Amino acid sequence: MDLISELTQYLISGLTSGAIYAIIALGFTIIYNATEVINFAQGEFVMLGGMVMIAVDATGRFPLPVSFILAVSSVTLVGVVFQRLAIQPVRRPSAITLIIITVGASIFLRGVAMLVWGKDPLGLRPFSGVSPIAVGGATLTPQSLWVLSVSVVVMAGLQFFYKHTITGKAMRACAFSRRAARLVGISVDRMVLISFALSAAMGAVAGIVVAPITLCGYDVGTMLGLKGFCAAVLGGLGSSPGSILGGFLLGILEALGAGLISSGFKDAIAFLILLVVLFLRPSGLFGPREVKRV
Amino acid sequence: MLKVRSLQTFYGRVRALDTVSLSVRPREIVTLIGANGAGKSTILNSISGLIPSREGEILFQGKRLNGQPPEEVVRLGICQVPEGRQIFQPLTVLENLELGAYLRFRKREKREIRRDLETVYALFPVLEERRQQISGTLSGGEQQMLAIGRALMARPALLLLDEPSMGLAPRLVLEIFRTIRHLRDQGLTILMVEQNARAALKIADRGYVLETGRIVLQGSARELLDDNDVKRAYLGRDYREFAEGRM
Repeated sequence: MDLISELTQYLISGLTSGAIYAIIALGFTIIYNATEVINFAQGEFVMLGGMVMIAVDATGRFPLPVSFILAVSSVTLVGVVFQRLAIQPVRRPSAITLIIITVGASIFLRGVAMLVWGKDPLGLRPFSGVSPIAVGGATLTPQSLWVLSVSVVVMAGLQFFYKHTITGKAMRACAFSRRAARLVGISVDRMVLISFALSAAMGAVAGIVVAPITLCGYDVGTMLGLKGFCAAVLGGLGSSPGSILGGFLLGILEALGAGLISSGFKDAIAFLILLVVLFLRPSGLFGPREVKRV
Repeated sequence: MLKVRSLQTFYGRVRALDTVSLSVRPREIVTLIGANGAGKSTILNSISGLIPSREGEILFQGKRLNGQPPEEVVRLGICQVPEGRQIFQPLTVLENLELGAYLRFRKREKREIRRDLETVYALFPVLEERRQQISGTLSGGEQQMLAIGRALMARPALLLLDEPSMGLAPRLVLEIFRTIRHLRDQGLTILMVEQNARAALKIADRGYVLETGRIVLQGSARELLDDNDVKRAYLGRDYREFAEGRM
């Protein structure tokens, strides 16, 4: 394989994992904007999405789209229950208390998943076919196409939600100033609940589409969550376009690093990027650009 | 319409309001004047449900507001234009106005909302011109208009205004105050906190003077404008004239 097709190949796999990171990063961003909390259970939403999907599909009773909807809605429910049981009842919540609660929730969810599905990773059949498509000198699997198109749909859907629905606008208002939002009658509590639901749903989608490519086990959430977090920080916490760009950038850099240097470095690259960003530009690529007038 | 009875509010252990009682009648402009930290904004925020009060009672059209969350207060018909405007800066002018009607959107009053949007545009034509502009880029005066417009979109019965003239050029202050009086003439009731006591008393029907969390004086706007203590303490610009016996 010549260099060009080799690079194309890295680019394809980078875009695929980048799309996943981007969706996970968006999940972090949604909750961060509503609560200023980093939800460390985000990766567990991803894992649950994959695991529930595999479990539902294994019953053999439902076509894939139905299993998909079932899996996403049950993980969304987990997100809602999590917010209602563990986040909302906290009196005098400080960001750090809530963050530690999310760490606890992540360990809890991982434990439950291990008890339910065991320690061995499980696989999911690809959504459609396995015969690779040739692109230039490289190949693209149909599942990669699924990942890319589903993530584009998710991102566009989220943009639509933020820009064209009153609830989405209320969430943006809330992210800017909770106090002002309350004064126009927006229930912050409701916005926080919606953010957890939305974020869990996004995580689930990521977990489902990636399951046929990588196996899914009770512990995949940790690494995927951290990668998504790196992407969110790289893009600038709180920024949706930043999360998307950060996700793709991270995926591509990772793929290039793994391909050109050594695949042993794959995971290290994400954390190296995280450190560099935190040292050089903690606000990320699209850091909080506040329009302020004094 | 609004009755506040012996309200006491604390910030931690510091008493911010000491048995404050006041009332606002329908279609009145009532103003609260007093120095910084006298507790004027605290009264508005207690009414809006942002600050819990320890004792006393807030009644609006016979309903108790104590302990109600801000969104419920808005639903009942009280809207606050907060100090420093607090518009949603990253959002467009139109989005800000739409969010003013947030609770009504959820009640599916689409047609009425569109009509009210036209009313707000008629009141502040500049907002219509700039409806697609990011609101953070508006000038101070335009932001104040947007903040008032946003509050009107909720169709309040009682409008709470916190320092509407803050940071505005004198010409704009005049314009904002003229608008406030116009709104009252349209049937709105207004409770307004102002540092600019003179301008506020000129358009108000009645006023209350606050000092360190207590109401020390109340009366018609005319009486307060003529009161020597008020003149000395709050209508500073005329102090010299006052001292020289020219008033």
